[in-house]
Formats: sequence, C-alpha cells, structure tokens
Amino acid sequence: MTLMTALIAGLVLGGTYALAAMGLTLQYGIARIMNLAYGDMIITAAFAAFVLQGAAGINPILGLLIAVPGGFLLGYAVYTVILAPLVARAPNRGVLEVDSILTTFGLLFVVQGILLVLFGSNYTSYTFLNEPVNVLGATIAANRLIALILALGLGITLYLLLTRTRWGTALRAVAVSPQSAQLVGIDINRAAAFAFALGGGLAASAGVVISMYQTFTATGGVVFTMKALIVVIMGGVGNLVGALAAGLILGLVETLVSTYADPGLTLAATYAIFLAVLLWRPQGLFGRAVR
Amino acid sequence: MKTILGLAAAAIAFAGLAAAPLYLGTYGIGLMIGLIGYVTLASAWALFSGPTRFVSLATVAFFGIGAYTVSAFYESFPPLMVLGLAALIGLGVSLLVGLATLRLAGVYFVIFTFGLAELIRQLVTWYEVNITGTLGRYLFVSYGPEVVYWQLLVLCAVTFGIGYLIQRSRLGLALKMIGDDEVVAEHCGLPTARVKLALFALSSVIITLVGAIQAPRWTYIEPTIVFNPTISFLTLIMALLGGATRLWGPAVGAVPLFLLFEWLSANFPDHYSIILGLLFMAIVFVLPRGVLDFLEGLTARMKSERSRQAAGTAPEHGKGRLAEGEAK
Repeated sequence: MTLMTALIAGLVLGGTYALAAMGLTLQYGIARIMNLAYGDMIITAAFAAFVLQGAAGINPILGLLIAVPGGFLLGYAVYTVILAPLVARAPNRGVLEVDSILTTFGLLFVVQGILLVLFGSNYTSYTFLNEPVNVLGATIAANRLIALILALGLGITLYLLLTRTRWGTALRAVAVSPQSAQLVGIDINRAAAFAFALGGGLAASAGVVISMYQTFTATGGVVFTMKALIVVIMGGVGNLVGALAAGLILGLVETLVSTYADPGLTLAATYAIFLAVLLWRPQGLFGRAVR
Repeated sequence: MKTILGLAAAAIAFAGLAAAPLYLGTYGIGLMIGLIGYVTLASAWALFSGPTRFVSLATVAFFGIGAYTVSAFYESFPPLMVLGLAALIGLGVSLLVGLATLRLAGVYFVIFTFGLAELIRQLVTWYEVNITGTLGRYLFVSYGPEVVYWQLLVLCAVTFGIGYLIQRSRLGLALKMIGDDEVVAEHCGLPTARVKLALFALSSVIITLVGAIQAPRWTYIEPTIVFNPTISFLTLIMALLGGATRLWGPAVGAVPLFLLFEWLSANFPDHYSIILGLLFMAIVFVLPRGVLDFLEGLTARMKSERSRQAAGTAPEHGKGRLAEGEAK
C-alpha cells in the first residue's frame, strides 16, 4: 500500500468516524445524554443495510433513505420512552449523567443481545461497488470513495443547518445554556428529544456508510462507541467542526498504524491519542471552556 | 455491643461458609466459587464507585489481567508469588488509568474504563499472536477447587474488612463528601484526586486478585473468555441492586442475581443478555439506590406511622414523605 493510498483510506475512515461522532456530540452536547449504546445503533444500521441489500435488493445509497429516518424515529422513541423520565426526575446534571450512563449501558446489552439472536456472532459484509477507481494516482475501491463523499456531504449539510437556520440556532442555544434558552422561549425538552433523535439518524447514516466498505459483527458496537466518544472529546463536546477535524485525524492515525505497524494495534493507537488529549487538553483540541 | 454482635455474626457466617466444601459436591463447590467470586467483585467495585459515584466499567479488564497473569506465569513461580505478581500488574494499570482520568470530571473516567477491557484484550491477543505465536493457554494446577474456594473466601472476608474499616475512618468520611459534592470537598482542603486514586487502586487490585484466584477453574484460557464484558455488566447490576453505598449491599444483590444468571445462561443461553439488560434498566428506574435503601425507607415509614397511631394522631402525607427523605 503506497502512502497516498493509505492517506485516502485514512480520510475515508476518518470521514465515517466524524459522521458518527457528530451524532454523539449532538446527543451529549444538547440532549445531555451520555449514550453508551450509540455504537450499537451504528451496528444495527449496518445490519439493516446488509438486509436491505441482500433480501430486498436495495442498494445502500437508497438504503440511507430508509435507515436514516428509521434511526431518527428509533432515537426519538428511546429518548421519550426511556430517557425523558430520567431527565424529569434528576435533581442535577451529575445524577442525570450517572443515570443515563447506567441506563444506556443496559440498553447496549439489550440491543447487542437482539442482534446476536438475529444474526449470530460472525463477521458480516456484503459487496457493493467494489471496483477500483484511480484518485490522484492511488487506486481505491469505488465504495470507499462514495463513503467519503457521503460522510462529508452529510456532515456539511448538518453544519449548515445548525449554523444557518433559526432552528439550528435554538438547538445550539440549548447546548450553551439550557436555563437561559428557556428564558427566550425555547422548549428545551423538545429540543433535547429532537437532538437525540437527530443523533440517532446520524448513527444510522454512519452505520450504513461503514457497512459499504467494512466487515462488522453484532458485538462490535463497543469499539465504535469508544472511538466516537474519543473523537467527541478531542473535538470539544458539542463542537461539530471539532468533531469533523478530530474524526479525520483519528481515521488517518489508525490507517497509518494498521498499514505501517500492525492492524491489531489500532485500538491501542486510539487510546494513545485519548491519553494524550486527557493529559494535555481535556477540554478538547477545539474546545474553549472546561465543562 | 451491637458492633461486637455484628462482628461475631459475620465471623460465624464466614466459618460456616469455609466448611461448605466438606458437605458440598463438585457442582456445589463450583457454584459457590462463582457466587463468592461475584460477591467479592461487586463489593470491591462498590468500595470505590459506591461513595464516589464514579462509575467504573472496567471490572473485567482487571479480572482478565489477573486471570491472564496466572495462566502465563503459574509454571515459573510458586502460586502465592503469582498472585502477588498479578496484584502488582493490576495496581500498575489502575494507577495509570487513575492518574490520567481521576483529576478530571467523572465522565472522562467512565469513557476511559468503558473501552479498557477491549483495549487490553486486543493488546494481549496481538502479543500472543505476534510474539509467543499461540493464542490460548492451558492451565493445570496441582490443587483442587476447594483451595480456590478458600482463597476466594479469604479475599472476600478481607474485602468486607476493608470496607468496614473505611466506613469507620476519616477516609470514609472524605469519600462520602467527594460523592456528595466534589467542589466543596476540595475547598475543605481534601486531596480529592489522591483519595480517589488510592481507593480505585485498592478496588482494582481486589478485582485483579479475584480473576487470578479463579483462573485455574477454566483450565483453558483465551482472551475472549477472560475479557468477557458480561462480567463487568453483572458486577455493576449486582452492586446497584443491593445498594452500592452500603457494606452488605453488593452481597445482597449478588446472591439472587448470580443464581438468576446461572439459571438464565443454562436455560436461555441466547437470550440472557437481553433479559439482564432489561432487568438492569428496571433497577435503575425503580430502585436507583438499591434494595436495602428501599426496605429501610419502608420500615422507617411504617415505624413513624405506628408511633403516630399510638399517639392518637392520623398519619399526614407530608410527614411520611419527610421520613422517606431522611432515610437516604
């Protein structure tokens, strides 16, 4: 693998991580829910794309049109049924954080258990547009190129929605200060439910994108949650541009490590980055205030 | 007087448990090893996470480190030295994790511990595949399961002893303060980061030792077996069901849940994680402070109602609620 190929592969992986992390940063930054079952939502969407492609013959790009609204609705349901009662009863943010961590940790095992019953524990994949394409002298598979374009396209759309519309401004206001947002007439419970659902939609899109070029298993959710969390912290909680940049960095580092060192050491590299961020800038590379 | 009676009762209970292998069959001993193992794990977890409310999701990381150390070194050193070595490695890892995360907000600690087991599993796998060339080790020790059981029982008693002493000491008071409000604790001059680090290290060493002592039970050890995330999950729900801030809480939660888990994994091997996950969410919803706390609140309410009836006044709603609030 030449350096150029490795760099492009790293960007593809990083774009996917960025997409996943943007959803998580919405859920944690706006809805204030630390969602440990996030990676399992990604894996669920990957299996959904697999089923759509295999059983119904719907290609994953069209599958996004089904999976993303599905993820949105699932996220909305999870928030209103399971998490909203916890938000209502929590006297302060610390209690809510512990409660949401515990509840979503339980949810993780439920989702994982259902996936294991349905699909077993083997590595799963499908072939989609696995034809070589030449980019800047490097050869990569067409599906990876599409994955990168989709990740960047969805990420930029979301960024524009949040920064250029009235509705996005309201969401960002809740992220900055829930109390003050209420004073200017923003319904923070609705905003939180919406942000959580949006995060679910982004998790689904990340899952579909990942399934186009990677193998996945029912138990792989933990690693995706972990990487998304590290990207969120690296980028600064609630910061979309930060998540995008941090995601690309993580993807590049991982691909370089697996190309030039050993594929078995990618998670170690991820943790090394996390450790460096914790010791050097716990508020994130692009974060301003300490939480 | 009450303390002496309590200590005597605990001593009798442990003596009775120590005699268990004399009248239990092989299956019984195996079951008791699992049970005492989980009681110890849940109690050790609650030692740190109960009062500080820093949720550790890394139980199986330390458990696996213990088991793997034994499988790698049991042939080269005497058994007690291997246990000591495992404890040292567990201590080193816990200090590394603690130093990186415990001076920051709790959520960083949770995230770091969340993936720690997976990280160590992958590192061990990588090391075994690339350096030693074999994945999976056989483990044949010269002693029988009753020795494993007695070792575990001693560790369990030591864990309760430590928990008891901490609750009675200045350290226990400091921990409660950190759990209630860390900022206030710091302003009172408490070295909060150091207190948390010491407790986390202690709790992690005990968990490592549980893994190390139980290792011979498997005879064949592989990273996927000893780094099974279900162990972290079970420990957590046991401690929370009983009540993580109480000395006997984790044990009260561990006994019924362990038996339930044994039954579920025998009868519903494919579905037990779904059932346990739902059960866990139900516990967080209905009994956020554990069974013991709930029962205490109930008896306190009944008592206050009875005394009020004796005094000839009707029970008032507000007072009942106050008693409930006081019970926490």
